[in-house]
Amino acid sequence: MTLKIHVDMEKCQHYGQCVFDAPTVFRLNEDDKLEYESTADDSERDNIQLAIDICPMQAIKFVE
Amino acid sequence: MTNPVVIVGASMGGLRAAETLRKTGYAGELIVIGDEPHAPYNRPPLSKEVLAEHVDHAAVAFPLGEILDDVQWILGDAVVATNLDHHTITLASGRVVDYGTLIIATGLRPRRLDELGRPATGVHAIRTLDDAMALRAELNPGARVVVYGAGFIGCETAATATKLGATVTVVGKGEVPMLRPLGRQLAEDIQRRHEAHGVTFLNNTRIVRILGDDHLTGVELDNGQTLECDVLIEAVGSLPNVEFLEGNDIDIESGIHVNDTLHALHANGEPWANVYAIGDVARFPIPQFDPKTRRVEHWNIPTEMARKVGRQIALEHGDDAEAHAAEMAKEFTPIPSFWSDQFEVSLLAYGLLDQGEDVRLLEGEVGGDCLYGYYRDGKMVGVCGIGMRQKVMSYRNKVGLNFEPE
Repeated sequence: MTLKIHVDMEKCQHYGQCVFDAPTVFRLNEDDKLEYESTADDSERDNIQLAIDICPMQAIKFVE
Repeated sequence: MTNPVVIVGASMGGLRAAETLRKTGYAGELIVIGDEPHAPYNRPPLSKEVLAEHVDHAAVAFPLGEILDDVQWILGDAVVATNLDHHTITLASGRVVDYGTLIIATGLRPRRLDELGRPATGVHAIRTLDDAMALRAELNPGARVVVYGAGFIGCETAATATKLGATVTVVGKGEVPMLRPLGRQLAEDIQRRHEAHGVTFLNNTRIVRILGDDHLTGVELDNGQTLECDVLIEAVGSLPNVEFLEGNDIDIESGIHVNDTLHALHANGEPWANVYAIGDVARFPIPQFDPKTRRVEHWNIPTEMARKVGRQIALEHGDDAEAHAAEMAKEFTPIPSFWSDQFEVSLLAYGLLDQGEDVRLLEGEVGGDCLYGYYRDGKMVGVCGIGMRQKVMSYRNKVGLNFEPE
């Protein structure tokens, strides 16, 4: 199963907290802006959930 | 172990503990009690977005997943007493709740200055959503606002109020705002950036009287001066919500003292087998720094403590004794993490900056993007940057006193 991920870039303040929990999905680019994979393997579910929980702006969610 | 698990405190720590309990297999009775009428919500926006935009509880509420469907919520009813020997807690309504395991996540409340005078309106603090909504109603363009306290909350609020068109004065007892955590050079830099936006700082100054009967008219300072103002925001620190534990044999000096498994402790240091404390209210050891215990009011701490406690309790209720023992033995070594937005200044920090005795500008320059390291005994205990996020993050796993000096 493939997971779909959405980040509300209006909310995102690029704090990068998600990067530590799910580094295969989230990263900051050279300009310190968030970039992310909009899909991920189901094996990443727990890590992405940790990133969703720890996001200070609560900007990340799974797309059903 | 007996049911139910009762969580006192329905903010982020309580929520994450409930989620972790369920995810780790605890299917028994689970009760979450909160003093506010609201379901759990995100507090960082209170000093920023909630003041600046017209948002309500729905905009800041944490999503409650299906996993929490069987949780019993008791909201708007504060815990007022407890009997740890009899495993009961008493709520303001008079209701008594029995627990098998108790997780305390009651957090902090702002220190208030009623003794200096208390007009009926105009004096505010920011901790809850209702606090922020009440303040927002008075933050009109042209309002004369005094912020008392030049810490992070005070400075963030000053920036937000200025952006809303208020005329803002920050009164602080220190020489420079945010001096203790940030160090002089960075703190002075941020003060100048605030001043460029029109914020006035009165450092080395205390408020001795709050003036006005019906509505606030001003504040009297310790230098004899009177500042006329329409709004006063008290941002002078916080107190742990521990009074409901008084009368029990439990160490609640400067927060609830917990050990490395986050069990609350008797006065003699022995753990209570079925009582835990997490989040801002807990005073805990961070072994990679030193053996001391401290409260850490940083964003990631409640969640990390909640996850550990939730897993421990769920596994204790399960049938895999080995997994439980392994979880109990797992060292708790969180890396404190925080950020702050004030005008264009966006700070990101890791570690315990206030433990630094020697602060060094590592990269960048004063007035621009910059990266500071905080050192004790030659070892990095914290890192803080304006901008330079990737670089700040690259130091995250290097802060602590157990690491070799450079």
